[in-house]
Amino acid sequence: MPTNKMLLTHLIRGTKQGCRILLALFLFSGLSACANLGVEPWERDLLATKEMALNASPVDAALDDHIYFSKEASSGGKSFGGGGCGCN
Amino acid sequence: MTELKNKKHTNVQAALSIAAGALLGTGAVSEQAKAQSFDDWKIDSAFLFYSEADRVSAAEAIISATKLYDNDEILNLKFTADTLTGASANGAIVQPQAQTFTRPSGIGQYITQAGETPLDDTFKDTRVQLNAQWTQPIAENYTGSVGGHLSKEYDYLSLGINANLAVDFYKKNSTLSFGFSHFQDTFTPEGGIPKPHASMLIGDSDSPTWDEAFSATRIANSDDKQTTDLLLGFTQVINRRMITQFNYSYSKVQGYLTDPFKIVSVLDSQGVAQDYIYEQRPNKRNKQSSFAQTKYHFPASLANSILDLSYRYMWDDWQIKSHTLDTRLYIPVADIFGENSYIQPHVRFYQQGAAEFYQPYTSTEDIQQEPLKYVSADYRIGEMTAITLGAKYGFNLDNGNDFSIRLEYYQQTPTNAGFEEPSALSTLTVYPIVQAVILQVSYSFL
Repeated sequence: MPTNKMLLTHLIRGTKQGCRILLALFLFSGLSACANLGVEPWERDLLATKEMALNASPVDAALDDHIYFSKEASSGGKSFGGGGCGCN
Repeated sequence: MTELKNKKHTNVQAALSIAAGALLGTGAVSEQAKAQSFDDWKIDSAFLFYSEADRVSAAEAIISATKLYDNDEILNLKFTADTLTGASANGAIVQPQAQTFTRPSGIGQYITQAGETPLDDTFKDTRVQLNAQWTQPIAENYTGSVGGHLSKEYDYLSLGINANLAVDFYKKNSTLSFGFSHFQDTFTPEGGIPKPHASMLIGDSDSPTWDEAFSATRIANSDDKQTTDLLLGFTQVINRRMITQFNYSYSKVQGYLTDPFKIVSVLDSQGVAQDYIYEQRPNKRNKQSSFAQTKYHFPASLANSILDLSYRYMWDDWQIKSHTLDTRLYIPVADIFGENSYIQPHVRFYQQGAAEFYQPYTSTEDIQQEPLKYVSADYRIGEMTAITLGAKYGFNLDNGNDFSIRLEYYQQTPTNAGFEEPSALSTLTVYPIVQAVILQVSYSFL
């Protein structure tokens, strides 16, 4: 029985350690991937166009939010969900 | 002169996308695109018409004015007005015989024919909304923004404030943003706030005892609701053609979350309505959502089109879970329709699960066995899928102004979340499809 307990403790420790190593690897790979992400300031020709803005049509988005807020059980996510009635 | 105006137009638009980016935590800022000095307003206007087959119709107009100051400070003022008319589902279930309901005001009645979904056709509302937002750089790589919101309709008042901080780092390729908003709403519905689970009074509203009897089904004239939202965002430029955004948001809503106009049918064992009771929802709701969006600019060989793809997963403590997938493809069509014209197809898919207290009806037996706590038959918190299909066409006018038109079809398909259907309902459409058309015309000018 004590042997089993020790084995279990050992296993848990091993698993924890494995998780830590995996997490570290994951973070490291993420960071090194990040290092390759992004552009230099002179490479922003396409990103600077208004069509590439994440919210390229804020008026369309406001109108859509109002429709879906009134008709569905979800709101927000992209921006604030906000108050309002939506009782119809 | 035209050249000067066009140049100014381009600068202002570039600066506005920077502003919008900073506000939304999408600070992909081009130094060369940064505007030097502005003293003009840019106006975005839109008119939207929304019409459901046999139900609600709404018309909405927006005028958004943005002024840019020399030191990258931005003021945005937005005015919205809308009007709504038509019929809305009252929550009661379809029956093989005609049904009579009392209007929310308590004055007068309406009849729903056999086999038809009960709709209250007295909906009429006008809403006016004002928004103001001030955005400015606070320090190197820090952008702050504060705003206010006021919305007033005949029976509803909503006041709100918000604040946002965006931090750029790694050559402005990454942006972290933190947002906070708080709304304070007051609801003064026609006919007052009904007593939860009280039976809808049906009879002669001209009778001398009517007013007293109707008042007994009311608990107040008005009630209120507070909404607090927190938003955490991360934006990352992937490469010259691609940008992504991830948001997590938490929303806490407290107060009167019940819909005073919605009722629930009480059926006998055959499924025949014996009574209608007013619904009741919990007075708290905590919502969370994860949102991811990416935009990709295709090369010239693929017409320089831009893909906009986003996904949202929402979950709350009412046990509602929803998935929203939204995609747009911006396709320049200058060769066919002239300079700066584009078409933009749009597909949106939405699916939600039912709230734990949602039920399409209750029964006389259930009510006797166990007193109801929360109950709602509002299909909008039931199980459903919805799809939006549409397209937008836009172009630049000779004077540099933008015009666009958008036409979309929206369909909601409510589904049975596992409720048994009594015999009287077997040949009836218990979960009717809702179809709507959305038409929007937009015009932007300097």
